[in-house]
Amino acid sequence: MTAPQDTPQNAPRPPGLPPVAIVIGALFFLGLVGLMLYGVLRSGDADRDVLPSALIGKPAPQFALPVLHDPSVRFGSADLRGAPYVLNVWGSWCAACRDEHPVLTAFAQTKRVRVVGYNWKDEPADALRWLERFGNPFFVVVADQEGRHALDWGVAGAPETFLVDGAGIVRWKHTGPLTEQVVRGQLLPALEQAERAR
Amino acid sequence: MLPELGQVLLVLALLVALLQSVLPLAGAQRGNAAWMAVARPAAHAQLLLLAGAFAILTWAFVSQDFSVKYVAENSNSLLPMIYRYSAVWGAHEGSLLLWTLVLALWTSAVARFSRALPQPVVARVLGVMGVVAAGFLAFLIFTSNPFARLLPAAAEGRDLNPLLQDPGLIIHPPMLYAGYVGFAVPFAFAIAALLDGRIDARWLRWTRPWTNIAWAFLTVGIALGSWWAYYELGWGGWWFWDPVENASFMPWLVGAALIHSQAVTEKRGSFPGWTLLLAIAAFSLSLLGAFLVRSGVLTSVHSFAADPSRGLFILAFLCVVIGASLLLYALRAGRLEAGAAFQAASRETLLLLNNLLLASACAMVLLGTLYPLLADALGMGKISVGPPYFGLLFFVLMAPLVALVPFGPLARWQREQPSRLAAALLPWLGVAAGLGVAAYFTAPQGAWKTALGVAGAAWVGLGTLRFAWGRLRNSGRMTAEMWGMVLAHLGIAVFLAGALLVEAQNVQREVALRPGQTLEVGRHAFVFEGVEQVQGPNYLADRGRVRVLRDDRPLALLHPEKRAYASGGQVMTEVGLLPGLAGDVYVALGEPLGGDAWAVRVHIKPFVRWVWAGALLMALGGLVAAADRRFRRQPEKAA
Repeated sequence: MTAPQDTPQNAPRPPGLPPVAIVIGALFFLGLVGLMLYGVLRSGDADRDVLPSALIGKPAPQFALPVLHDPSVRFGSADLRGAPYVLNVWGSWCAACRDEHPVLTAFAQTKRVRVVGYNWKDEPADALRWLERFGNPFFVVVADQEGRHALDWGVAGAPETFLVDGAGIVRWKHTGPLTEQVVRGQLLPALEQAERAR
Repeated sequence: MLPELGQVLLVLALLVALLQSVLPLAGAQRGNAAWMAVARPAAHAQLLLLAGAFAILTWAFVSQDFSVKYVAENSNSLLPMIYRYSAVWGAHEGSLLLWTLVLALWTSAVARFSRALPQPVVARVLGVMGVVAAGFLAFLIFTSNPFARLLPAAAEGRDLNPLLQDPGLIIHPPMLYAGYVGFAVPFAFAIAALLDGRIDARWLRWTRPWTNIAWAFLTVGIALGSWWAYYELGWGGWWFWDPVENASFMPWLVGAALIHSQAVTEKRGSFPGWTLLLAIAAFSLSLLGAFLVRSGVLTSVHSFAADPSRGLFILAFLCVVIGASLLLYALRAGRLEAGAAFQAASRETLLLLNNLLLASACAMVLLGTLYPLLADALGMGKISVGPPYFGLLFFVLMAPLVALVPFGPLARWQREQPSRLAAALLPWLGVAAGLGVAAYFTAPQGAWKTALGVAGAAWVGLGTLRFAWGRLRNSGRMTAEMWGMVLAHLGIAVFLAGALLVEAQNVQREVALRPGQTLEVGRHAFVFEGVEQVQGPNYLADRGRVRVLRDDRPLALLHPEKRAYASGGQVMTEVGLLPGLAGDVYVALGEPLGGDAWAVRVHIKPFVRWVWAGALLMALGGLVAAADRRFRRQPEKAA
């Protein structure tokens, strides 16, 4: 791997390779190994390839969507202002949402913060059946059947979870299923910060 | 029961590989002939064991044994028979098994065709290959067992990744692996030479055909991958500078350098240390490529699922093998004898330049491939290095190489008069430049690139033919080695013409069409006749009908498809393609746009076939050169 570094003029000199070439080669090799090691350790992270959301630190998109349980009622960002809330994007078709559901439920049951469900690209009947089957931890669920408003949030897939503070600023975002570690290590600290800022 | 037997065979193969590495290496060090004699039978035994394991896994796929986890994850009862065979290497575990099988094939071939070499050399070469095999077998058994059971058995398999359900992908991985793994032979030879402390021209002559064959396989493998990406991904490109493509391209570049430097070292004894280093580098880069693809360190369209434990294992193995080789090199390389001296104007200098340019190109690709990871590690954010970087730097590095190609074969060893070379080649440079100027003024678009492509291809092609003509006129014959070189260099010319002309002349349109509407592109007209649903063996396709006319005369009826596979709902494009030596007509179906309109993508790709034809010529050249009788002549017994 060090091929390009050791110049061939150095190679055939009888008394041995010049120490400089050896040191440079060794440093290059170790650097490469270190980089690979970093890459390997990082490859386990689910959010490795996620671009940091452009929304962080910016106002959350305005929305007013039909409530899943009663589509005649609209619910939206105006109703949520004043205190932080967590927005969880899910769908009954999404297997990873089922994986994160126990974690999300446990978190919602602490009642630290309102957890709003954002039902994305889903049939209302399927979504209701799903909630009946696995339990409904949400403060309220809004339905974005066509997925048009989700574009404002930059949603690329489900599940995704956002933390919005009392002033309506997006503080944190997670792509992929929530785990205990993510909740404890990222969401709770971000929430504390958002609460302190008020 | 059979899968368990397969697992037993794998474990036995690992034990044999350990035997094959420890005893012969120790025997060669101590001069123990009995220990050294273990190497050959062990190599053959390993091939038998791995062939058995591979056959068992294949049988599990053919007989649809969904109690084997790997089969359940990568097959499906609807999968057509031909893809049940290729599904064996459709994912991580099986392709690793294929890798070890190919390595066993090479090892066994070395054991078979090395009668002419002194016993300690054979023992060391086979021993080093045994170390590599042991590492990969341990990786296979401990982190990626293809025979793991799924209990209870699945009723239905999950299906082979639809991207891989394609004829091109059946032979792409075996070819690529044959190339990657084949570099283990020159690598093992280099380690043997370093352990022995000297480099013998006769042994070097013996390794040259192995390098050539491995490189030829790698060339074919890369060309197949490029061809597949061209017609399967539906983007119309043939090379994307994707990390996985780069991973195969780096050993190819260094392998090309190695082929040339081996020739110099064998014939003139010059820069032996450099040759050994290149041999180590070619195989190290193959291992690095395997690591990058397998570990999920870099993200790519081709890579497999990430699992840090696998990545750590293969990284540790990589460190041991490459680190130990480089350490050995650092300790021993200085003691090698330098060959005959040469002047600045000589074939040696030209070959050295070739090596430096190819090695720099490889370093450039390595840097570009790892830079996003480096930026991420240093907290500089997400960066992707794309075609602009690679395209520009590659052009800068390859342009002088292309300019020098015709000089190399014509130049004399040791000392050359530049005036003699100039006299031989100047007329042809004039012809090439003239053709380039003519192309500049006649090209409908992309005049500069067209001119460069035509002039470069003509220069390399004519210069190479000038060599062959002079040779045949003076001595009436050329050796197979020379024929191979001529073919490979003509391959460069053909490739160059294809790559630059398609880049310059490519026409691309993306439009919405309703049935009955016509799109006119230059001399071509495309009549969209609508989309119908077609049921395939394991997919449902929207098949478009596009009638192509050239100069108002009907040319072809193309059927671009979008296939939804029954198993996962993944949608794949199948382009409608009218291939031609002078250019392809390429139609891909996009999304339905409401009503009965569809997005339709149309490319006219002049001379795109020449890209792969050039690569195949290069591969053919490598094989022809390997067949030279000189390489098979029995060297007289080593003193």
